[in-house]
Amino acid sequence: MKAPPFAYLRATSLDDAFRLWSAAGPEAKLLAGGQSLIATLAFRLSEPSALIDISRVPELGGITEAGGAIRIGALVTHAQLGASELVRRHVPLLAEAVPLIAHAAVRNRGTFGGSLAFADPAAELPACCVALDATVIARTRSGERRIPAAQFFTGLYTTALAADELIAAVELPQARPGERSTIIELARRSGDYAMAGIAVRAKIAGSTLVEPNVVFFGVGDRPISAGRAASALAGKPAAPATVAEAQAALGGDLDPPADQHGTPEMKLHLARVLLARALDRLIGHAGARAA
Amino acid sequence: MSTTLDIAMTVNGERIARRVEARQHLIDFLRLDLGLMGSHAGCEHGLCGACTVRVDGRIVRGCLVLAAALDGATVETIEGVSDTGEIRDLQNAFIARNACQCGYCTPGMLLTAADLLASKAEPTREEIREHLSGNYCRCTGYHAIVDAVEAVARQRNGKAQP
Repeated sequence: MKAPPFAYLRATSLDDAFRLWSAAGPEAKLLAGGQSLIATLAFRLSEPSALIDISRVPELGGITEAGGAIRIGALVTHAQLGASELVRRHVPLLAEAVPLIAHAAVRNRGTFGGSLAFADPAAELPACCVALDATVIARTRSGERRIPAAQFFTGLYTTALAADELIAAVELPQARPGERSTIIELARRSGDYAMAGIAVRAKIAGSTLVEPNVVFFGVGDRPISAGRAASALAGKPAAPATVAEAQAALGGDLDPPADQHGTPEMKLHLARVLLARALDRLIGHAGARAA
Repeated sequence: MSTTLDIAMTVNGERIARRVEARQHLIDFLRLDLGLMGSHAGCEHGLCGACTVRVDGRIVRGCLVLAAALDGATVETIEGVSDTGEIRDLQNAFIARNACQCGYCTPGMLLTAADLLASKAEPTREEIREHLSGNYCRCTGYHAIVDAVEAVARQRNGKAQP
């Protein structure tokens, strides 16, 4: 289908973006890479009065290292993320996630901030941000607010952003020595949204997992931290009995809704399979490793 | 607020300027306003890849990009890369191996395959399949397409055909 009519306004700076946005009124939407937004417009899922194109706002780009963290501008594309040496070295989970995000042509335009703001529950980057204890830097015309990723995703396609707030950047702690992480997903076609996926980060001491973060995507209305499974794993060698205990604990962590991919029971089964595979990667030293 | 605007861009080496509707995606602009019918609108929501074109040297989904957002951009379509001869070997291999049947996906397949070969001189069959995984073909079953891309990679490296 064709998108409904709307006005188009291009912002040249962050100030300009806020000025255009407030002048355009509450029915206006921000356009970054457009890889989700344009598709939803084609489905006529929304009818914005105007699109404010922020894709050329210089303040929202760039990947930088600052104070033990990596700051990724909202407009950084998935392709730029995947090509970044800083990201590969200090936030290897994100580098590992990039090839799983859609396809090359989409990765060339889709943005980091756009993926978080859209908050698709089956998307990779929101889950990675929760697993990595990232901080979302939200901006309004007058100031800045820091939102922990775990509190940023509030439900199906909804976030903690206020109506006049945009994502300026995301800050991610640099991987510590001994830390490993991995991301795995199951999809019908490579690059499609996942039926189920997992992002895990932990420190590994010998074969013991220390402070594991276990986050699932595609099995709830947002990225889901599997706290019970993580507790079952923490401080223990990842022996088969421990893995089985963590898999059993997932029943208390996840309550997957049925969707076009399958029943809740099937999705819980997939989550359990993914947990075992992810742990195997971490302990088997095949996962992404901090430099 | 106006729902139309004036844009200028370079399409297949030619500078053009037009007034467009803000809601028009790049493929409709290329086909309806410029008469370049080689780029195909398939699903129009970013799944099928039939609309793959190049913007500023990188492949994109033409249906997920507004023409309005491309003021100042450089756009290349299947017509452009056919005229320059850049992908002549890929086109010949697609014909030789019957990798196009109805032809609807072919322009997108060719541009995606060219993108892969530009960054990876000798991809494995798995890597070819992975890179083309965003482009649907409903006729060929993909084998002939993968064969064609693999053959061109070997040919460009001066190797014997499989």
